Amino acid sequence: MAVLTTSNLTLAYGKEPIIDELNLQIPKGKITVLIGSNGCGKSTLLRSMARLLSPKNGHVLLNGKDIAKRSTKQVAKELAILPQGPIAPEGLTVLQLVKQGRFPYQSWLQQWSREDEEAVMSALHATNLISFMETPVDSLSGGQRQRAWIAMTLAQGTDTILLDEPTTYLDMTHQVEILDLLFELNEKEKRTIVMVLHDLNLACRYAHHIVAIQDKTVYAEGAPEEIMNEQLVEDVFQMSSTVIPDPVFGTPMCIPFGKGRIVRHVNTPQYA
Amino acid sequence: MRKYWIIQRKSFSFLVDKKSAFGIVVLSLAALLAMLVSIGVGDMYIAPWDVFNALLGTGLDINQLIITEFRLPRVLVAFIAGASLALSGAILQGIIRNPLASPDMIGITGGAGFAAVAFLTMFSDDSNNLLLSINYLPLFAFAGATIVAFLIYGLAWKDGVTPIRLILIGIGLMALLQALTTLMMLIGPIYRASQATIWLTGTVYGTSWKEVKAILPWFLGLMPILVLLVRRLNIQGFGDDLTTGAGISVHRERFMLLMICTALAGSAVAFAGAMGFVGLIGPHIARRITGSSFGGLFPASALIGGIMVVLADLAGRTLFSPLEVPAGVFTAAIGAPYFIYLLFKNQ
Repeated sequence: MAVLTTSNLTLAYGKEPIIDELNLQIPKGKITVLIGSNGCGKSTLLRSMARLLSPKNGHVLLNGKDIAKRSTKQVAKELAILPQGPIAPEGLTVLQLVKQGRFPYQSWLQQWSREDEEAVMSALHATNLISFMETPVDSLSGGQRQRAWIAMTLAQGTDTILLDEPTTYLDMTHQVEILDLLFELNEKEKRTIVMVLHDLNLACRYAHHIVAIQDKTVYAEGAPEEIMNEQLVEDVFQMSSTVIPDPVFGTPMCIPFGKGRIVRHVNTPQYA
Repeated sequence: MRKYWIIQRKSFSFLVDKKSAFGIVVLSLAALLAMLVSIGVGDMYIAPWDVFNALLGTGLDINQLIITEFRLPRVLVAFIAGASLALSGAILQGIIRNPLASPDMIGITGGAGFAAVAFLTMFSDDSNNLLLSINYLPLFAFAGATIVAFLIYGLAWKDGVTPIRLILIGIGLMALLQALTTLMMLIGPIYRASQATIWLTGTVYGTSWKEVKAILPWFLGLMPILVLLVRRLNIQGFGDDLTTGAGISVHRERFMLLMICTALAGSAVAFAGAMGFVGLIGPHIARRITGSSFGGLFPASALIGGIMVVLADLAGRTLFSPLEVPAGVFTAAIGAPYFIYLLFKNQ
């Protein structure tokens, strides 16, 4: 069952299409990760699935209905998007930020209903930010700030959450922390998560479904352990590598070739 | 949640920031005080208590006359013009997402200024008589502001209007308008040029109830719209993507906000001249008190803008008496150094 479907979707910023005639289905209740080289159009695709970019041609369907023809406020109750590198107004506190996630549910007279309060509080709990409620967003660390933004999308109370590179600029610890948080949201609340990630190994570990974008269309899609191999990395990223099972998680792990120091020679195990 | 009052009823619910609410109460009292003092001080000093009595209609006849006929309308227009300019700046800073934006920077005030100067020079005959009643000047000024706002929006349009295009086009138009204004003043009669200079600086000299009656409906009419806009402006601060994500049609919203911003700045400038820096500084000081949430920022900006112009006018009337210095001199004299300080701090 697909929550998001693209039919004959063509996307372009100018004349040259970035995504051409794409038919794609995003499975419901799963974590889907879009991968691909820089400028391949994965972020563009994600943006169009969140109605931030209107297609040149074709449609995006959210739960079977054309997203462009639906009330944008209604869509906001079903789908939340966290764009890349969002910026908060100066001096805004975490609570004020997360509260904005409730926008689609509020009206002029209803600006802080019990439901709003509950949703915001549970989002703050889930992201471990209760003690930072009154802290200005600009004085948080990178990881905390990203958690605050995720809390805002959580407060929006949607079944589907789209995130554009949620781990960029974060150190390893905070990358894992953010992905763990999203993984738990999917596990516990069955929310559908679609995101763009650059780290292939983390993508393979956390994603149920991977979509590799190459040459304006989908090169391959499926479970990481089914589709991830040297050939894919070569074709999608133009990079020679070896792909082996992660010694801890067993998920595919990609080791890119290239130059570098060699300390000892080992037999590179062949994956699958 | 000690910082907030939570109001939750069946038909309405609000989260009220205590610090902002307190700040607004203090500012309201300060505004009242500034107005009372400004009404009392002048060529003839009237003590605050007598001002109070005169306002209630129980004072001396002479006080009554001075206050209700001369000083009260002037102070009211000064306050409303200042409040409108500051609100206009607050909205613009919200849509442009830059704290350095203001209606005088992107040419909205400049459009009004050009129209007013054009009016003064074009409709002036050889013996310095105006061919058209001076009463039409506010109309021209307002029209000038509105036309420029449409021009900015139209020229900035390219599959929608981005804040950066809006501000760059605005600054470009502003430069052009300033040049044209100077040209108008040079080719027009010298007598009109000095009148135009005073107007461009911003003054509430000679204001009567007629002006109050003209500006007040705009101000009161736009207030409820601002109240409705608070939530929507708050979310605009997060950028186009998140605003769309939250369920708002960004471009339609931006156009509407620009028009309201123009109506506020245009009406203020029409009756108080091209008063500088209030639109920039008012919201800034307000932000220090209430934070960047528009629920508190709007009332605080309006009050600060109002206080600024009332005090600037008071200074202009009294400091160099019997010479009347336009209030705009003082808003700029305080505003310009503060602006430089802001730029310095933002580096």
